Amino acid sequence: MVYSEVGDGAQLQLAIKSWYSKSLTLQHFQIDTWFEMQMAVKKVRHAKHNSEATNLMELKHGESGILDRLDLPEDDARRLMELGFLPGHAITPGHSAPGGDPRVFRVDGSEVALRRDTAQKLILRSAPVK
Amino acid sequence: MAIVGPPNSGKSTAFNRLTGLRQKVANFPGVTVEHRMGKVKVDGGREVFAVDLPGVYSLEPRTEDERVTHDVLLGQMKDLPKPDAVLLILDSTNLARHLVLAAPVLSLGLPTLVILNMADDLARRGGGVDVAELSMQLGSPVALVSASRGEGFDKILQFLAGATHTAPRAAPLMQLPVIQDIPKCRAWAANVGTKGKYQAPAPPHWTRRLDSVFLHPVAGPLVFVIVVMAVFQSIFFWAKPAMDLVQGAITATGVWAGSLIPNPTLHSLVVDGVFNGVGSVVVFLPQILLLFLFIGILEDSGYLARAALIADRTMARFGLQGKSFIPLLSAYACAVPAIMATRTIENKRDRIATILIAPFMTCSARLPVYTLLIAAFIPDQRLLGPFLGMRAAVLLGLYILGFLAALFTARLLKSTVLKSSRSSFMLEMPPYRWPTLQGLALRLLDRSKVFLRRAGTVILAVALVIWVLAHLPLTNGQPPEIGQSVVGMIGHTVEPAIKPLGFNWKIGIGLITSLAAREVIVGTLGTIYGIEDPSAKSVGLQQALQQDLTLGGAIALMVFFAFAMQCMSTIAVVRRETGGWRWPIIQFSYMTVVAYVCAFVANKVITIWL
Repeated sequence: MVYSEVGDGAQLQLAIKSWYSKSLTLQHFQIDTWFEMQMAVKKVRHAKHNSEATNLMELKHGESGILDRLDLPEDDARRLMELGFLPGHAITPGHSAPGGDPRVFRVDGSEVALRRDTAQKLILRSAPVK
Repeated sequence: MAIVGPPNSGKSTAFNRLTGLRQKVANFPGVTVEHRMGKVKVDGGREVFAVDLPGVYSLEPRTEDERVTHDVLLGQMKDLPKPDAVLLILDSTNLARHLVLAAPVLSLGLPTLVILNMADDLARRGGGVDVAELSMQLGSPVALVSASRGEGFDKILQFLAGATHTAPRAAPLMQLPVIQDIPKCRAWAANVGTKGKYQAPAPPHWTRRLDSVFLHPVAGPLVFVIVVMAVFQSIFFWAKPAMDLVQGAITATGVWAGSLIPNPTLHSLVVDGVFNGVGSVVVFLPQILLLFLFIGILEDSGYLARAALIADRTMARFGLQGKSFIPLLSAYACAVPAIMATRTIENKRDRIATILIAPFMTCSARLPVYTLLIAAFIPDQRLLGPFLGMRAAVLLGLYILGFLAALFTARLLKSTVLKSSRSSFMLEMPPYRWPTLQGLALRLLDRSKVFLRRAGTVILAVALVIWVLAHLPLTNGQPPEIGQSVVGMIGHTVEPAIKPLGFNWKIGIGLITSLAAREVIVGTLGTIYGIEDPSAKSVGLQQALQQDLTLGGAIALMVFFAFAMQCMSTIAVVRRETGGWRWPIIQFSYMTVVAYVCAFVANKVITIWL
């Protein structure tokens, strides 16, 4: 699945690195691969789909991401789109309730709180950007 | 004329500003969405009839709120003609997104004034818009206003004055997009915004700053608890002087009215029946208004959405969804509007679960019962220094008790008959705003009307019936002693059933009459004790209860009221909302059984323990 979208060397590198980051559990090692992966992502920005699907919950404080799609039933997706969660829009995480769930997201000029299980279904176009 | 707009666009503030006191809350026939109607005065004394529609993001009729808005605008609502003009209210600080609603509304072809609200906020935060250009793009007049300050309203009035005779309007420069397609609508809105030289304002700094406190992982929940505690504390302390004043006024008028009536029977009817009965309930008006004032401030300022966010995890644990939170919170004021508010919950099972637990939340009608018993039986001691007194703590405890019963019931329902898998929570966090004085005042006025109307009708009627029954049967033209009267006989009949709870027959009468509405028990007891001992009028209901009820019985009575579903209006609204007698019957039986068992346990525990 990972290799199907690989086009050039940088993407191959990304695919392998992200596979590493999943399989290796040593923490410092993971952080290293994470940074390398981020750099790799910047190189392959033109790629249509990132091989590693990231969702809203993976955004850290101060990062933002571009929404790609909503993996939700029609009704919920429509409601979210009405609130501003449209593909192509930048989303920034904000404050959250104690324990991190639900969390507030800034999108299209407003702030909307979502539960973790909903936010996980909102897939970002590329890895988080500082 | 209809007022449409997304939630949090300042629609209600604009409506209040336009109509002032000339408005009322009403229901559409057949549906339960509450809406407000009013009259707007335009030049030359003409009046325009205005309807404030529920806040919507689109015109697709999916929830009940949206269906009402959709039907009214299309002229499909029974008993309401198609509006001649529309005021579309949008938040100018978030124009690009709010313009999405303009597409379907403008495509209706009705004369529409697009109102860009919060102009003061837009200017302060460095945003701007070219009204003339935007108006060209939309093909509709546009007005930049500030509803909270009342700026720019002359333009609205001019529009209303003109719209009533002339309708034609120029074709818009921008073609309206396909309405069903949100991304296309959004792209259209962005395009219109750019053409209209819309400059988005800087992010709201104050909101960010306040959120970093109110949504802080530690400070946030702490503030939440402090806010809740402060509300309860002030219900007791701030309302006291006002209540004493009302009590004094009622007693004085009662004595004055009594002195005018020489006939002893009539004298007793007026003093014991009307003044003791109705007066003992009216005394609680200041407390109820204070509660509504706090709820109003929390809601209008934007804090309520943050409170819902903080509470959501707790709600989720009991199988409820975030959307249940707002109805449940408004159930603290009254279960009837709360049950109507559940219409925004799309999932039917979640909705029924919310309806079934809403009456457990401590509504304002319980407040008179609680405060009467607390004032009579709980010593006025400090508990947590100056922050929390013993009495406020007991009141808070009763509120928590109702809340826990609601959560327990929700858990029970959601894990058995009303199981549903999916739950979602999407809640917009509005920027913090100062509540407007006018908005709060209108809320309180509305509540006072409802409360006093009930005191003047149901409670007055019950008080009079109780008085009459307490004076029958006549022997030799003389009324019997109250224990031998019809009321006494009924009371003695039910006494065996309630004796285990620590209640005497007089409380039994109160329980029967409170089936109509909870606060009626206070009026009933006022009448009964007034007749029983005419000198008790000066002593007051509190002292009379202290002599007639044990501490265990008093606590048990409060526990009983925390759980029992004594409210005809609620039963009626549940029947209407669930479409049959099945759920209200289950609900009433369940709540009564829970109330009886818990009151029994409370009485036994207190009696043994103390």
